[in-house]
Amino acid sequence: MAAPAGSPPAGGSPAGGPPAEAITAVPVRHPGRWIAAAIVVALAFVVIRSMATNPRFEWSVVGDFLFSSRIIDGLIVTLYLTAIAMVIGILLGILLAVMRLSPNPMVSGASGFYIWLFRGTPVLVQLLFWNFISAVYPTIDFGLVSFEANSLITPLVAAILGLGLNEGAYMAEIVRAGILSVDEGQGEAASALGMTRLQTMRRIVLPQAMRVIVPPTGNETISMLKTSSLASVIALTELLYAGQLIYSANYKQIPLLITVSIWYLVATTVLSIGQYYLERRFGRGAKREQKQTPLQRLRRILIPTHVRPEDVQTGGGG
Amino acid sequence: MSAARQMVLAESVHKSYGRLEVLRGVDLAVGTGQVVCLVGPSGSGKSTFLRCINHLEKIQAGRLWVDGELVGYRQQGDRLYELRESEVARKRAEIGMVFQHFNLFGHMTALQNVVEAPTHVKGIRREKAVARAKEVLERVGLGDKLSSYPSQLSGGQQQRVAIARALAMDPKLMLFDEPTSALDPELVGDVLQVMRDLALSGMTMVVVTHEMGFAREVADKVVFMDGGVIVESGSPADVLAAPKHERTRAFLSKVL
Ligand SMILES: Nc1ncnc2c1ncn2[C@@H]1O[C@H](COP(=O)(O)OP(=O)(O)O)[C@@H](O)[C@H]1O
Ligand SMILES: [Mg+2]
Repeated sequence: MAAPAGSPPAGGSPAGGPPAEAITAVPVRHPGRWIAAAIVVALAFVVIRSMATNPRFEWSVVGDFLFSSRIIDGLIVTLYLTAIAMVIGILLGILLAVMRLSPNPMVSGASGFYIWLFRGTPVLVQLLFWNFISAVYPTIDFGLVSFEANSLITPLVAAILGLGLNEGAYMAEIVRAGILSVDEGQGEAASALGMTRLQTMRRIVLPQAMRVIVPPTGNETISMLKTSSLASVIALTELLYAGQLIYSANYKQIPLLITVSIWYLVATTVLSIGQYYLERRFGRGAKREQKQTPLQRLRRILIPTHVRPEDVQTGGGG
Repeated sequence: MSAARQMVLAESVHKSYGRLEVLRGVDLAVGTGQVVCLVGPSGSGKSTFLRCINHLEKIQAGRLWVDGELVGYRQQGDRLYELRESEVARKRAEIGMVFQHFNLFGHMTALQNVVEAPTHVKGIRREKAVARAKEVLERVGLGDKLSSYPSQLSGGQQQRVAIARALAMDPKLMLFDEPTSALDPELVGDVLQVMRDLALSGMTMVVVTHEMGFAREVADKVVFMDGGVIVESGSPADVLAAPKHERTRAFLSKVL
């Protein structure tokens, strides 16, 4: 059989052969990349120039309002609304996911019904629904104490309920996928050691499910930050509504929408960075070695002669 | 035969999955301190039987005792009462189990794997559990791998951590389900050596294995299973060297 060109010579042993010849090849050219880059630069130039020179963008107004107290107050409401709704969503999601996987058909069915209901209706409708709940239940009775629904269900409470309960249904599916991603043998080994179902879930299964749960949860949080702007329709002064209140008085819609967008971008960017580090933390033990963070890589490039022990990370470090 | 003197006693154990009858009347006695090797073709019900012993599977008929106590039930008069989950768990904690695919907890180091159950199931103080865990890991030859995660260990090392994890609970009985079947050939020896030492120390062991050399050398009794029943059992010399049944002979000719 004739050896095809480029195949190693027959009988050559890897250890005893002649010294290897270094590869000096002409690298492949990528003309397409240069053309694409040129188009992108040209487009960016046009867009940026029009934004900078069109006076109706009123960048000075953006500058005036970016750090104004009303916008900052709105941002703070957006941030804690997002945080509280996500905490409720995650806790509810874990509960619903564990219920969904229960061998008891009533329990699993109840969870399935909840998920069906809350995922099957628009979150905007749910927000409005909670806002108007006092029309259905004028008083809310906790047995010993009862409240006027109107005073209990403020726009903030309605927004927390609407966003949190809706998020629970989505988180339930994410947590369930995470639990199912953990090898059955893990639960079996835990049972064989005498751990109860609850202990096994809490100490063995959920921590390992985190690797699958964390990335989409990060996405959910980022998405929640933006979805929380829907609460503007029930007159909660979160970031968007704060901007709307200002432009309804001064008619500077575009500059205020830009102001608001800048803050949303800042917040989502910070969250994305947080998500990166969280994913690293929960990937522990899954891979033989962990990749370096961008910061660690930068440090190595800047100080290449010093190999610090913490740079050579195994799965245990963090 | 008295249940009290046996560590495991099975009488006509039946188990089905739906309409598939996997165990069709298994009788077996394992004396305290004995090593019993369970051999047989794939699908003959060896794993299922092992899992019935610590009630990972429920049996449908027959009786199964471990250390004189009914597995999974309490008998009052001629009535059987199912045990609660916590009671079943407490009994499982007294039986060590080692799996073909190790099933080490992937998010925990070797040491954490071994410390987990003593602290969270038995409620042993942490410092005491850690000291004991180091001792058993030393015993299986992994005293230098305490802070390694399972993914950083070879298969043989993982299986030895798994054995250490079971030993740290001070079990009165150890179940092994093909502990070396997933290992590269050169790693099998270390694991078998640990098991041999364990047998010498007087541990009661039920071992599903295809390692006939191990069975011949260590087992007090070899049991050949096929089609959900025990076809033949006896001393290794009898069953492995002079099998009486045609099915045993056919199986041994394939694995030896
Ligand atoms: N959870 C299960 N559901 C249905 N069938 C099962 C289950 N576990 C095992 N079986 C069946 O039971 C039979 C015996 O399996 P097993 O005890 O694993 O055999 P062995 O360990 O001897 O190879 C096989 O036919 C297998 O397909
Ligand atoms: Mg098996």
